[in-house]
Amino acid sequence: MDLINATCQTIVMVAISLVGAYVFGIPLGVILVGTRKEGIFPNRFWNAILGWIVNTIRSIPFIILLVALIPVTRFLLGTGIGMAAVILPLIVACVPFVARMVETSLLEIDKGMIDAAVAMGASKLQIFFNIYLPESIPSLVRGAAITCIALIGYTAMAGMVDGGGLGQYAIYKGYYQYQYDQVIYTVIILVVLVEIIQLGFISLAKRLDKKRGNIK
Amino acid sequence: MVKVSHLSKDFETKEGKLEALHDVSFEIKAGEIFGIIGKSGAGKTTLLRILSQLERPSGGEVLINNSVIAKGDKVITNNKIKKTMGVVFQGYNLLMQKTVARNIEFPLKIAGVNKTKWDKRVNDLLRFVDLEDKKEAYPATLSGGQKQRVAIARALANSPKILLLDEPTSALDTLSTSAIISLLQKINQEEQVTIIIVTHEIGVVKKLCQRIAVINEGKVVDYGTVQEVFANPSNIATKQLLGV
Ligand SMILES: Nc1ncnc2c1ncn2[C@@H]1O[C@H](COP(=O)(O)OP(=O)(O)OP(=O)(O)O)[C@@H](O)[C@H]1O
Ligand SMILES: [Mg+2]
Repeated sequence: MDLINATCQTIVMVAISLVGAYVFGIPLGVILVGTRKEGIFPNRFWNAILGWIVNTIRSIPFIILLVALIPVTRFLLGTGIGMAAVILPLIVACVPFVARMVETSLLEIDKGMIDAAVAMGASKLQIFFNIYLPESIPSLVRGAAITCIALIGYTAMAGMVDGGGLGQYAIYKGYYQYQYDQVIYTVIILVVLVEIIQLGFISLAKRLDKKRGNIK
Repeated sequence: MVKVSHLSKDFETKEGKLEALHDVSFEIKAGEIFGIIGKSGAGKTTLLRILSQLERPSGGEVLINNSVIAKGDKVITNNKIKKTMGVVFQGYNLLMQKTVARNIEFPLKIAGVNKTKWDKRVNDLLRFVDLEDKKEAYPATLSGGQKQRVAIARALANSPKILLLDEPTSALDTLSTSAIISLLQKINQEEQVTIIIVTHEIGVVKKLCQRIAVINEGKVVDYGTVQEVFANPSNIATKQLLGV
């Protein structure tokens, strides 16, 4: 029962953080691409500032970010512990990660398609909504698999602030109660979870990707 | 219709300045099929990209329909002129995540044409390029010749006055090449579209073009009607291309 509970907690944490990370990460990624020199709204200043913030957050190990954000979490949520208190740092840690992934996906777009649109007289906004976004969707979905798996790794540290989930469960059972069989079960569940996520996202990306030659 | 005067284009590369075009001048008349020929690296694509306002020249002037679209090192972006031109790129540049129909209607969308008119226009164009059965297919599932025809249909969507094509037959077998040639003749005669075609295939030039400019190392080395140039090639590069 406990194990099932912990699994559910992990899934909930990952799901909520994933949504949160993309809600903020996509616009940030778009801004990172758009403010580039050859972007649709070039702005060197903001590109540098945002790039720097993204890199800084990404260089902080999650466990430290988790602790460092406790005052912020407490201020926003009224508590520094529990699952809600983990989700905020999870989102904070993942937004820059997602932003960089979105950036990479958008920059992967074949320049020739953009040339075609420019030659037609398309505006920058039209190019963005008709080419950059739709053409990068399969790549974005593949990126989401990586984000999701990284998030599972991060949630293992939720136990630090009593956030629950499989990580806390394994530490509690294995480290404090010497129930190694429970640790093994945890590992099995994690492997299965990662496998399902990987397969799910990749097959979704394949279905969406018309570049691979699958007829509608 | 198109007037290019003393056009030059330098690229800044790691090895220094690369002169892709040098003092290029020629004129294209309304309604003709004009060939730009030359061997690989001659500067043909660069020239076409300047004509389609994708590349900034380094000097000279380009006039299209009496509007200056490039002067000196400035591009005078003119979306009105762009919408009278259709471009078919060397690598097709189709939108890979969109169906053939969505690709062909894309210029209509960009130009703000009323949505209710898209489907009829797409169907007409598909019939014109003989690809009605591929309407809902994705580009990745098409052959080279079929992709080329989609690219041509897309370029024709807004009923352009000028059609620019970069090596439209170089990647195709002889049968598809003949199909593209007759399609281009049909476009030229039925729709009165001025065609500018870049190629290095002499056979295509002979069948299709009325006048040509031969480009070698960024310079126009021969210029005139196909008969004139072929009968009397003045430059060694032209002779090489002709195989004489
Ligand atoms: N963006 C660029 N930056 C630097 N050099 C370039 C660039 N584009 C083209 N060049 C150079 O300009 C010259 C002309 O290139 P271009 O693509 O116009 O040749 P082409 O005649 O179209 O050749 P091909 O028949 O192989 O397509 C080449 O030497 C090429 O390397
Ligand atoms: Mg070329």
